Amino acid sequence: MKLLTIAAAALALTAGLSQAQTIRMGTEGAYPPYNFIDDATGEVTGFEIELGNELCARAELDCTWVRNDWDSIIPNLVSSNYDTIMAGMNINEERKQVIQFTQPYTPAMPSAYAALSADADVEGGVVAAQTSTIQAGHVAETGATLLEFPNPDQTVAAVRNGEADAVFADKDFLAPIVEESNGELVWVEGFDTVPLGEGIGMGLRQSDTELRDKFDTAITAMKEDGSLNALILKWFGEDALVFE
Amino acid sequence: MFSYCTDPSSLEGLVWLSCYLTSGTHLLFYASFGTVLILLAITAPVALLFGYGGAMAARSSIAPLRWFGKLYTSMVRGVPDIIFFLFVPIALDQGFEWLRHQALCDSSQPVWQGNDFVVCDAAKLPLNTSAAWVHDAYGIFLAVIAFSVVFGAFAANVLFGAMQAVPRAQLETAEAYGMTRRQVTRRVLVPQMWTYALPGLSNLWMILIKATPLLFLLGVEDVVYWARELGGAKTSAFSYPHPDWRLYYFLALLVFYLLMTWASERVLGRVTQRLSRGQATMGGDAQRKGAVA
Amino acid sequence: MSCTQTIIDYGLRSVGIGERLLPREGYDLCQQFTLIGSGLIWNLYFAVLALAMGFVLATVVALGKTSSSPWLRRPADAFIFLFRGSPLFIQFFIAYEALVLLPRAGVEVFGLTVQTSWLTKAWAGALIVLTLNTTAYTAQIFHGALMSVPRGDVEAADAYGMTGWTRFRRVIWPTMLRLAWPSYTNEAIFLFHATTLVYFSGFPAFQQRGDALYYASYFADRTFNPFVAYPIAAAYFVVATLLLIWLFGCVNRRLNRHLPGRGGRVRYRPLLVR
Repeated sequence: MKLLTIAAAALALTAGLSQAQTIRMGTEGAYPPYNFIDDATGEVTGFEIELGNELCARAELDCTWVRNDWDSIIPNLVSSNYDTIMAGMNINEERKQVIQFTQPYTPAMPSAYAALSADADVEGGVVAAQTSTIQAGHVAETGATLLEFPNPDQTVAAVRNGEADAVFADKDFLAPIVEESNGELVWVEGFDTVPLGEGIGMGLRQSDTELRDKFDTAITAMKEDGSLNALILKWFGEDALVFE
Repeated sequence: MFSYCTDPSSLEGLVWLSCYLTSGTHLLFYASFGTVLILLAITAPVALLFGYGGAMAARSSIAPLRWFGKLYTSMVRGVPDIIFFLFVPIALDQGFEWLRHQALCDSSQPVWQGNDFVVCDAAKLPLNTSAAWVHDAYGIFLAVIAFSVVFGAFAANVLFGAMQAVPRAQLETAEAYGMTRRQVTRRVLVPQMWTYALPGLSNLWMILIKATPLLFLLGVEDVVYWARELGGAKTSAFSYPHPDWRLYYFLALLVFYLLMTWASERVLGRVTQRLSRGQATMGGDAQRKGAVA
Repeated sequence: MSCTQTIIDYGLRSVGIGERLLPREGYDLCQQFTLIGSGLIWNLYFAVLALAMGFVLATVVALGKTSSSPWLRRPADAFIFLFRGSPLFIQFFIAYEALVLLPRAGVEVFGLTVQTSWLTKAWAGALIVLTLNTTAYTAQIFHGALMSVPRGDVEAADAYGMTGWTRFRRVIWPTMLRLAWPSYTNEAIFLFHATTLVYFSGFPAFQQRGDALYYASYFADRTFNPFVAYPIAAAYFVVATLLLIWLFGCVNRRLNRHLPGRGGRVRYRPLLVR
């Protein structure tokens, strides 16, 4: 009874508001340099935020950013809490069964293993990865023992404290961490570039084909005029992979 | 915050720390303590209301209502509260949107399209065009309902027990004065039950305080979210790079919760004394004796 | 795949026996019931061991709290306040963060190297936290019960010439237990339900071996449908809780067997304890 009253109140409260095409963009905000929270403002920033804003401008959409934890990022998309995902999400078959992707906006970015020593046993040891990432799926299929964490920085912390022998993640995410660790973390020899996935794309609900097409067009345009490559170089450094 | 914070990389020591602790993200962290307090302030009365409804239903003379009350009050004994927290907000959210979809949109459109739960734009809750704070407020609203459902069931248990504990003779006296059943409830039962309910309700308040970190599981950006976010190791992509400091952030949370508990214990101790005045209980007797001596 | 096959593959998955990869497709009811049930093993493991160890420790702490010496009373008070005054969720986080700071190579104690790495695993680390947590709550209950042991009982024991340990073991302790038992039952239920927090807080799931809720959320995430997996987990917990209540009821009858007409059914009021 009370629930119904509250529901009715909620209905009345928001019923009369106007509506325009506003797109809510879901992101994680914990995966630098793809997306992270700016210390100064508390807002999300990063490669995907800059790219997403540019895409929205080109597609003439009104976009706002929404932070959501990684492990519930797809469920919240399909239940329409936001309309797109730009969160360093690799395109793969398993996810395609549930959501659809635009064309990739990065080349197939390699993943990599990082560890405390270059000869860490990544095929028989303990490997940390973020829950429900393609990297976690990959580790589960190798002989290694998978240690799952909900947050990306927890996976790195697990290696630092010896909980795991190695961490497996997108190379671009690990690269600055490895560089700034003063030699504490190193790439695992022979496993510093593991091709995985088809590149990172924007995820959308399968029923949202119209929106997908708009973003696809915008991505194509950015690829053609070179502005996408310029963005990639800006955020991932001079030797980053770019589109041909 | 301070004017000298424009270039954090050039700062050191305490100055750096003062800038670090007043960065935008830290201000959000401090604000999230307010979120927790707001949640407590709203949930407590709402849960009490739910509990009162549940207890009255459990005492009802109408059988289906009584069964519902009994089921509601016994529900939380069997199932861990986290399961409710993971379940109730999603169910509520989809329930509301479905209702609005039926009312505001072309209801021949199916809500479930494959995996997708899609309602028309006008039925979205909150609307896509709403400001960010509306979305945050809605998230907290769902959290309040989820907490109230669970703690309402606990409260119903306490209030039901308290109503049973009111001495039968007091109710019979009221009946002898010719009061109707409703009058007895309103004039005697409810005023008298509080002293019996208070120990249970105090306990409930303590449990509620300690359940607030679970907000984090509901997707609300609460103290736990920010402690984890801020404490994690930061590379130079951030203005204030630092190693893994999560332990310190969680120790700060620990202190916050200990303070909350300590303050609550003191306040509740006073209220208990106040309510025992003139009651036919051990506490009331002790006060009378103290007054005589 | 038949359901029997699923049960063989995943029935003991949570302890690492059976199929290595979790199901990737289908997600039928059989898979959900099997895996979530398999996860319940961990909930039972944490609950049983934490309660058993907490019971012994709580008696000690409760005695410390009643002691007239401040050297015993103050630490007992502080311990109880610390663990009762803060959320278990935060305790898990802090314990994990603190335990991983221990040196990996082990700690030298009197020339022996004590391994520490196992402490960061959920089976040990979370168990320690749960044990300390329930110790604090139970000690508070036991302390309350000790305070209400009838003076007559103690005087009767004195009259029989019992002193010290004998008096405690044969008179005070059984009476305390009898008085504390209804509240202690509630504490046990609370603790059992709190075991679902283990994999939702600091402790990582090693090789995807988790508890009932871990697998329930696995399925809820994959199927995007919280309306099946969580109710299954809830059903398991209802059954396990009823069993627990029955078990504690049996003990209660035994504790009260010398009292005619008393100690029939225990009334469980969850709120009067935690």
